[in-house]
Amino acid sequence: MGHSDSGCYSLRSRLPWEVRFKVSLNSIVLAKQVPDTKNITGEAMNPNGTVNRSALPAIFNPDDLCALEMALRVRDVEGGTVTVVTMGPVRATQILEHALCLGADKVLALTDRRFAAADTLATSYTLAKAVEKLGLPDLLFCGRQAIDGDTAQVGPQLAEKLGVPQATYVQDVTVQDGRLRVKREIEGGHEILDLPTPALLTVTSGLDVRPPSARRLLKYKRSQTPIGLEKELKTRFPEIEKNELELRFEDEKRALGEHGLLIPIWTADDLDIELERIGLMGSPTRVQKVWSVSLLGGESKEIPPTEEGIGAMMKELVDDHILG
Amino acid sequence: MAEKEVWVVAEQEEGALNSVSLELLGKARELADTLGAQVGAVLLGHDCDELVDRLAHHGADRIYYANHENLNQYRTLPYTRIISDLVREHQPQIVIFGATYVGRDLAPRAASDLRTGLTADCTDLQIGDYTDPAGQEYKNILYQIRPAFGGNVIANIVNPEHLPQMATVREGVMKMHKPDTSRAYSVIPVQPVLTDAEEIVKIIERHRVPREVDLRKASIIVAGGAGVGSKENFELIRELADVLGASVGASRAAVDGGFIGKDHQVGQTGTTVRPRLYIACGISGAVQHRAGMQEASKIIAINSDPEAPIFKIAHYGIVGDLNQVVPMMIRAYRGEN
Repeated sequence: MGHSDSGCYSLRSRLPWEVRFKVSLNSIVLAKQVPDTKNITGEAMNPNGTVNRSALPAIFNPDDLCALEMALRVRDVEGGTVTVVTMGPVRATQILEHALCLGADKVLALTDRRFAAADTLATSYTLAKAVEKLGLPDLLFCGRQAIDGDTAQVGPQLAEKLGVPQATYVQDVTVQDGRLRVKREIEGGHEILDLPTPALLTVTSGLDVRPPSARRLLKYKRSQTPIGLEKELKTRFPEIEKNELELRFEDEKRALGEHGLLIPIWTADDLDIELERIGLMGSPTRVQKVWSVSLLGGESKEIPPTEEGIGAMMKELVDDHILG
Repeated sequence: MAEKEVWVVAEQEEGALNSVSLELLGKARELADTLGAQVGAVLLGHDCDELVDRLAHHGADRIYYANHENLNQYRTLPYTRIISDLVREHQPQIVIFGATYVGRDLAPRAASDLRTGLTADCTDLQIGDYTDPAGQEYKNILYQIRPAFGGNVIANIVNPEHLPQMATVREGVMKMHKPDTSRAYSVIPVQPVLTDAEEIVKIIERHRVPREVDLRKASIIVAGGAGVGSKENFELIRELADVLGASVGASRAAVDGGFIGKDHQVGQTGTTVRPRLYIACGISGAVQHRAGMQEASKIIAINSDPEAPIFKIAHYGIVGDLNQVVPMMIRAYRGEN
């Protein structure tokens, strides 16, 4: 007893600030895999003007990477854990593997056909139910917006569903006496907010995201979802009997879990949800029509770069009252 | 239900009205006239009575005015709760917000609370009919038109079964109507009850620098890109702008290159503009730039690369060296030929 007291005393005398301020904050980061809309090529456009998503590379949404980086920085200073959650098809678990390589402690995929075609309202409802099941953390981080929709709506909607305050367009956060100091962009400048926890922050681009560590890359390239594991076992043992396959699956799944290499997947059945509030059914907004912007250009005239050509163009603009 | 209403959530900051609110009133007036509805404006602030008149002059029939010292500056929690409560009480058909820092913070939280749909960053709003895939017809639905997929496509979004239909609208894309000081209007005072639960977030400090230039209001813009080459050569862009009575814009590459300040940047990460005429000089036309200027009524593109994407949306395409073409335009306009 006396021994442990003196140990505690010596820690306090050496690191008084850590004992007082290290609050150990747990975070959940909500992230999305998106088609790389910044590099759209002709092949990715359907003849009717819509985008063929499958023809585009899928990437970790850039703002969400910044959100993860901010969560990791808070953890590095304050302690605690960072859990990354994504909703999407099985392929989207690629970003969870990447999140583990960057330093996330835990990950979770929400994968179910019934979640598909959700608008931001249905998405935020589904995410809120997953967060409630995980347990409300001290901090929630989202990217400011995703580059496929650019709506910036899921963050604030999730905050509302969870009943926690929000700060959007966040550039920086620090923790002081258990409260948050947030620097966020506003029109023409920035403001500093003081928030309690739990709170949800949406993070703007512009953070330098750490590279994945070589050690973690080596470790987590072996990470897998249960679905991936099942497929792999079927390929490795094509002749195996069903019973034996199931046994092997359970064995290897347990082993992966023990090494922190299992990427868990939750479906709608794992959540306490109203099915009419998820996916397409839970989405009030509908896409009526989509068309390509290249059709907007209208008629185009090529003007020769000569005094005559330019002169005629300028005269036409004056005659059309475009130029005064 | 009471009379139909189309609402605009006005945006003020310490008594200064954001001009996007007046632009939205112009559009709300058109929508309401199509629907045979009234235009409502929602104003939260402190002692900003003169803004009530301006909202009315620009098209509002009714102004819901919450006047309280704690509403002087925008804060998410009290603003969201007051607006959600007002919507529940008065049940407008349509509610529109500016797609500003404030609107994009406020509207989604309110829409979540109201469990209705919301479309972000619209560039146009219209009234039309909608038939869903099952054949169900809906009359007089709000068409919420917005760029999607990084500006590569335009989508029309509808919210046929939930009220209100909510949208945020980009600054600078809707036409502000001329003020009419003779319009009749009524003011509906709102008595906000602010609770401690909404006071848990505090503003510690604010830093705002007034904009050097406001491109949203420009009717002609001469913009330069990487092709201008240097800060010194950017003077050529300024000269053409001077001669035409235009504002000066820039692509991100020109701003990053230090040719000109960030306030001049046009595009997805800069300002969205909707001028009568946009002259793009040495701008290749990356999708992020086009997303911010493709609503211009007329576009002139000058670029030495005939394959530059900017030519796809230009009304007048000039393949040539801007160092020769721009002086030709100046001479032509001055009538020196």
